[in-house]
Amino acid sequence: MSRQLLTGNGAAAWGARLAEVDYVPAFPITPQTEIIEALGGWIDRGEMAGRMVTLESEHSMITAAGAAAATGVRVFSATSSQGLLYGMEMLYTVAGWRAPFVLVNVSRGLASPITLEADHNDILAARDAGWLQIHCSTCQEVLDSVLMAYRLAEHPRVRLPAIVNLDGFHLSFTREPVEIPDAGQVRDFLPRFDAGNIRFRASVPESQAVAVLSGATYSYFRYETHLAALEALQAHDAIADEFADRFGRHHPAVDAYRCEDAEYAFVMIGSFATKARDAVDRLREAGWRIGLLRPRLLRPFPESAIRAALAGRRAVAVIDQNLSIGKGGILHAELASALYGVAGAPPILASFIGGLGGRDIAAEEFFEIARILRDAGDSGATPPPRLLFTIDELRETRKLQAIAQVERHELGEQP
Amino acid sequence: MSETRFRNLKNMPSTHLLGTGTPMCAGCGGLEALHEFYDVLGARSVFVNAAGCMTLLAAYPFTPFRGSWLYTAMASAPAGAQGVRDALDILKASGRMPAEDDLDVVVLTGDGAAYGMGLSATSGAIERGLDFIYLCYDNEGYGNTGQQYSGATPHGARTATSLGPQGYAGDKKPLFDIWVAHRPSYVATVIGAEPLDLARKVETAKRLKGPRLFIALSPCPTGWGYDPRETVQIGQLAVKTGVWPLKEYVDGRVTHTKVPRERLPVEEYLERQGRYAHLFAPQRDDVAIAAIQATVDAYWANVDRDEAHSPQSRRPR
Repeated sequence: MSRQLLTGNGAAAWGARLAEVDYVPAFPITPQTEIIEALGGWIDRGEMAGRMVTLESEHSMITAAGAAAATGVRVFSATSSQGLLYGMEMLYTVAGWRAPFVLVNVSRGLASPITLEADHNDILAARDAGWLQIHCSTCQEVLDSVLMAYRLAEHPRVRLPAIVNLDGFHLSFTREPVEIPDAGQVRDFLPRFDAGNIRFRASVPESQAVAVLSGATYSYFRYETHLAALEALQAHDAIADEFADRFGRHHPAVDAYRCEDAEYAFVMIGSFATKARDAVDRLREAGWRIGLLRPRLLRPFPESAIRAALAGRRAVAVIDQNLSIGKGGILHAELASALYGVAGAPPILASFIGGLGGRDIAAEEFFEIARILRDAGDSGATPPPRLLFTIDELRETRKLQAIAQVERHELGEQP
Repeated sequence: MSETRFRNLKNMPSTHLLGTGTPMCAGCGGLEALHEFYDVLGARSVFVNAAGCMTLLAAYPFTPFRGSWLYTAMASAPAGAQGVRDALDILKASGRMPAEDDLDVVVLTGDGAAYGMGLSATSGAIERGLDFIYLCYDNEGYGNTGQQYSGATPHGARTATSLGPQGYAGDKKPLFDIWVAHRPSYVATVIGAEPLDLARKVETAKRLKGPRLFIALSPCPTGWGYDPRETVQIGQLAVKTGVWPLKEYVDGRVTHTKVPRERLPVEEYLERQGRYAHLFAPQRDDVAIAAIQATVDAYWANVDRDEAHSPQSRRPR
């Protein structure tokens, strides 16, 4: 074991290296590139076995990844944002192939407008694709989650591809101390991929991914995939326990921070959850009984763990770093579906949208959210959904618009 | 050119590898070509398929293939071939799979994927030197969805989306030339109606490594509008009129493998197909027919000029 300062991207690359992946189909996109550059460098210098191929698009990259996994090798790939969406058809397609592999997504806001910094609309667009999803909040968690994702994806009762998500810039380019486990120790936890009957061989002809011609057959395979994903809930708990035994770090499906006696709770995923964690500490110092619930596993959705963790709370705020246009926060809707009609569910489930395109969520905003929760708890009325945006931000946007108007006027164009 | 085992029709395989009873239309020229192709290629192969008519060949739980199959999507079958090929190489190199379990990786798509949506993935696979074979069954339109025009539709043809009096206004995209410009190992045009020529080309391709690509003109009774029993005849006419030149690209040179000495007038090919009926009735469109003839004549004038200087031209086969 060694301890190094690694970016989230570096941690993802180390995860793939320690998983001794055979094959890395790649395509560069900001802010993911450091991952494939690191892997390419190790392979070129002979420090890592494996083969890397740069495809001509993410659509082709995910096709090649799925096809190689369906032939029986261990595959790793990485993308982000527009790339994930460009490959969306294949995300759905390869999940149905039931050939496990791991894809790291470095979250970044989606066009339009085109931008570079993080939010979760990209990864949540893949929510229903049939992939397992693990969401990370630290660089250490990225490395650990890649290893755990292989165990989960390759589990004989699961056999589905998995996405490990980290936030662009906030994790991808931020250096944190990361423990890099010994290769031998990892090999004990994650032995070589036993592909079993997932293969193409001359001696055993195999038809994979064939068409079906009836709704009943289609339903059969879709239900099978769904039930396999649900199997991953139980499998995850066992894998997380084993990981903790071997490496001393426990990564549960749902991370509950200072929730034991909490009247109020924030619910968040990803790196911004560390901001919520800091706010919880400061609110606790001020006498609040408040905690943070952070689902790491989003698919399969750990419904019962979430229900158990939130039972008996006065009020809960779901802070979504995404926006379903015309609806609101995606995670909020997921939480509501898990809690509705359940005895002991918190009476208040408030929705807040923030952190779009990398916009910060300030400590004061968490304090304000806590105040809104307390008022709602007192009054019993759920507050309307809030889109976090400050007067100062509006003023800065107006200034940019004013500059644009002045420049247009200078160029002699009609305003 | 090495010796061929296909000197005459008696040398052709007498038993067929591809099973019968597929859901393809009666008289499908694409299936005719695939049969002949598969007989020579053999079942130690995996077909990586893109969305098109032939996607329905393997419909759960049946397949006519003795070998393997992977359906991908419309645009990315060549990338699927990349993943399978690379994985097989990794397994072989690391001793996890015996060499005798290796497979020929074959991309199978229609013209819709080959000429359009999948062209980028094909270009990428060729530029990476992927060791694979590509078979495009070209029925000159989006046949599986009812024959709308595609990048492969020839000038003047009526399709479900070119119903005007002039038919399709564009020209057939020169996919052979586009592929050849990538300098792959092998490119050939073939047609099921010329099985010896097809078999020799598959035989040649099997001896090579790297990207090897085939375009099979695939007469399509439903899409082109003719009786299914005429598929072979229409295919032969496509060659005899010079509309479908049979050629191959190997070692940096394009060679025509079956040059029609006396080319028949194109109208003998056109008049038998419903998609060109508007050129003959209610009145004959001499201008349009002459324009198509002129395009074919210009093509062969160039061939005669280029290959007159080639020592390999007109080689007997």
